[in-house]
Amino acid sequence: MSDSNDPMAEIRASFFIECDELLEALQDGLEQLSEGADDPETINIVFRAVHSIKGGAGAFGLESLVRFAHSYETVLDEVRSGKLDADSEAQKVFYQAADHLSDLVRMSRDGEEIPANDGEDLIAALNALVGDLAQDDVEPEDFQPLGVAISLDLPAVDDAPATPVFLVDFKPGQELFATGNEPQMLLRNLCDLGQAEVTCHVADLPHLDQLAPETPYFHWTIRLEAAISEAEIRDVFEFVDGLCELTVTQENGAAPDNPDLPAPDAPVNDEADAAPPPEPAPAPVEPATAQAPKPDLELVPTTPKPASPADKTSPAKPSGPAGQKSVVRVDLERIERLVNLVGELVINQAMLAQSLDQAGLSPHSDAMNGLEEFQRLTRDIQDSVMMIRAQPVKSLFQRMSRIVREASAAVRKEVRFVTDGEATEVDKTVIERLADPLTHMIRNAVDHGLESTEDRTAAGKNPVGQVRLSAAHRSGRVIIEVADDGGGINRPRVLGIAKSKGLIPADATLSDGEIDNLLFLPGFSTASEVSDLSGRGVGMDVVKTSIQQLGGRITITSEKGKGTSFSISLPLTLAVLDGMVVNVAGETLVLPLNVVVETLSLGPDDVQMLRPGAHVVRVRGGFVPLYDLGVMLGYRAPRDSLEKAIVLLISLEDGTRAALVIDGIQDQRQVVIKGLDDSFYRAPGIAAATILGDGRIALILDPADVIAASGNFPQADLSIMERKVVND
Amino acid sequence: MTLTVLAVDDSRTMRDMIRMCLVPAGFEVHLADDGVHGVEVLEGIDPDAIITDINMPRMDGFGFIDAVRKQDDHRATPILVLTTESAPELKQRARNAGATGWIVKPFDPEKLVKALTMVTG
Repeated sequence: MSDSNDPMAEIRASFFIECDELLEALQDGLEQLSEGADDPETINIVFRAVHSIKGGAGAFGLESLVRFAHSYETVLDEVRSGKLDADSEAQKVFYQAADHLSDLVRMSRDGEEIPANDGEDLIAALNALVGDLAQDDVEPEDFQPLGVAISLDLPAVDDAPATPVFLVDFKPGQELFATGNEPQMLLRNLCDLGQAEVTCHVADLPHLDQLAPETPYFHWTIRLEAAISEAEIRDVFEFVDGLCELTVTQENGAAPDNPDLPAPDAPVNDEADAAPPPEPAPAPVEPATAQAPKPDLELVPTTPKPASPADKTSPAKPSGPAGQKSVVRVDLERIERLVNLVGELVINQAMLAQSLDQAGLSPHSDAMNGLEEFQRLTRDIQDSVMMIRAQPVKSLFQRMSRIVREASAAVRKEVRFVTDGEATEVDKTVIERLADPLTHMIRNAVDHGLESTEDRTAAGKNPVGQVRLSAAHRSGRVIIEVADDGGGINRPRVLGIAKSKGLIPADATLSDGEIDNLLFLPGFSTASEVSDLSGRGVGMDVVKTSIQQLGGRITITSEKGKGTSFSISLPLTLAVLDGMVVNVAGETLVLPLNVVVETLSLGPDDVQMLRPGAHVVRVRGGFVPLYDLGVMLGYRAPRDSLEKAIVLLISLEDGTRAALVIDGIQDQRQVVIKGLDDSFYRAPGIAAATILGDGRIALILDPADVIAASGNFPQADLSIMERKVVND
Repeated sequence: MTLTVLAVDDSRTMRDMIRMCLVPAGFEVHLADDGVHGVEVLEGIDPDAIITDINMPRMDGFGFIDAVRKQDDHRATPILVLTTESAPELKQRARNAGATGWIVKPFDPEKLVKALTMVTG
């Protein structure tokens, strides 16, 4: 199909990108339909999405995709023409068909084998929607096998070894010019086929004063000697079929080369031997006979034709701006490169700042002012680069809506899926890597979160459960929340399971929050009977790990009888962080600046001991738990006295506050996040690393993880304290 | 002489394919996303032929052909309709709207070029 492979591959790739967009538009349209939209443009959008997928798929020979899209499109066309009502039953099938279509697109893209009878059930369901309508339409479809064009050629070649001579009589009709056709072009094309003699008949030309400029007065007779079939001659006139009087006869007496051709031509053949060309009464070719030469179609014999083309004549659509934006497609690799370069720029700038500082320049000197401007610009570049990678979470949310549909059908619960903040933009990589954990969380919410319909009714709740997925930007991070309005976490049961599985000591006393967090422990699964839905050997611990790998955190809140909500908090960008650089026991560490509320120097009476190893610090009349970073990270033993120690007061998204003891504050600066790959041990509390201005490496802390990790090691904490007591 | 072609299709894939077919064949190709855009693009150029899709947002192919034919300069400009359907009714409708001919999608690059040379000479 193409003479060079490369551009084709590129277009193919862009076709699949377009497919994703079209599938998204399809989902949107279906959602609007199910919300009761019945304006023609909505169904037009849905139709066009499927239609365009089919069109492109045909170009790449993706037959299964074409076949399914065609069935789908046919039904949508019935809706479009008002013959079929898109009731809730139909919408259900449309949703399933959309899901299946997106599967086919994915499989086609990945080059997966698609079974021959793929989607039969759905195609049957689609056909059932149109019922009798479809039957009528399907028949003409079978009726036009376009291999015909081939059979046309064969007899001509076999029966007429001598070069056939054709007589073509061509008389343009009135409308020929109105459609932009031009007899001269047609004659020229005809002449290209072989040896031609053209005679122009001018007898009808009126006097000049009676001449209407756009009326054809001439007609032509062409004697054509060429080793071709009659069909090929008719091909030339394909566009003007019905707009002219055309007869084609073969002079040197071969049998009619196409018995299938319409009757008018057949008798002409007998006369052709005897009679000279122009005389025979012109047999006007009626529009209906125009079907015979259809050269392009033999390319796609597998493409069934849409059943009811007449419906295409529905009135022109009202305008509906489809959110068109001018876009440039860029290879992701180039953007990655840019991101990396900007990262290097930030490091380089930090080094420059440090050397200028060491050179003892005045902060008001031109160099320092210039550096400040430089920093501002770097930050702008950084933001812009990050913007390139950002995408709305909408496509991700749409995928989840499908998960909800499938999951709720599997466990026979009625679920309403609500989304919020679809336009929130998140880094593309983050979106991609969120799909799996979110899928799992959504399945969990439907399967375990929501009660059965009976239980809901018994509890006086709406029998239709709700799962809400929302996204929002909050203080430099993205918050994604999955919330259900189910029965909440059954804490006694969770606690019991954790104890019976030996995940926690049998005598442990845990707060509600701590019990909820047990769900994230590896090897924990509450489902007493493993349903085929969420019991896939993937637990919430895997979800938590994937979120952490993205630099994010996940928290649970649950209220008995009201529901459970999982909140994922992610950094906006994966590459750069505003950090506070601190010293702890001779090590340099970086903390995200946005969690630091204030810094304190501890006075003699500020610290209170709750129990050994558990101190709190008094801040503005309240108490905040105190953690010694040096001890928690294993850098050193606890200090003898916390007096005069420097403390960072931090506040996390979930409202948790904590005071971290450090040795000194170095700086506040942007750092480039360098991920620690899997070959490193994943130490709790350490999120990533960075390279500082002086070229040294510093670890970046995740404060929430640090605090959570310390809670997991109360025993170790205690033993260190005890040793200290003994030493005293 | 370079032939100038305006191609109107709402599918990026199709636009890319048309361009890929025609540019190597020596055509100067202008593209538009839908009928409304097509009319806008047409203002700045004088194409030797126009290719248009039928199913498009904002203004479909029929509306577009109509709008083009209303302009004196383009009363006789050849217009080819790109269609996945080859049903006679659709062709008749395209013709009534003033289309010169049609190309059935998916099209063969050679056929497209041939059809264009056929109508432009």
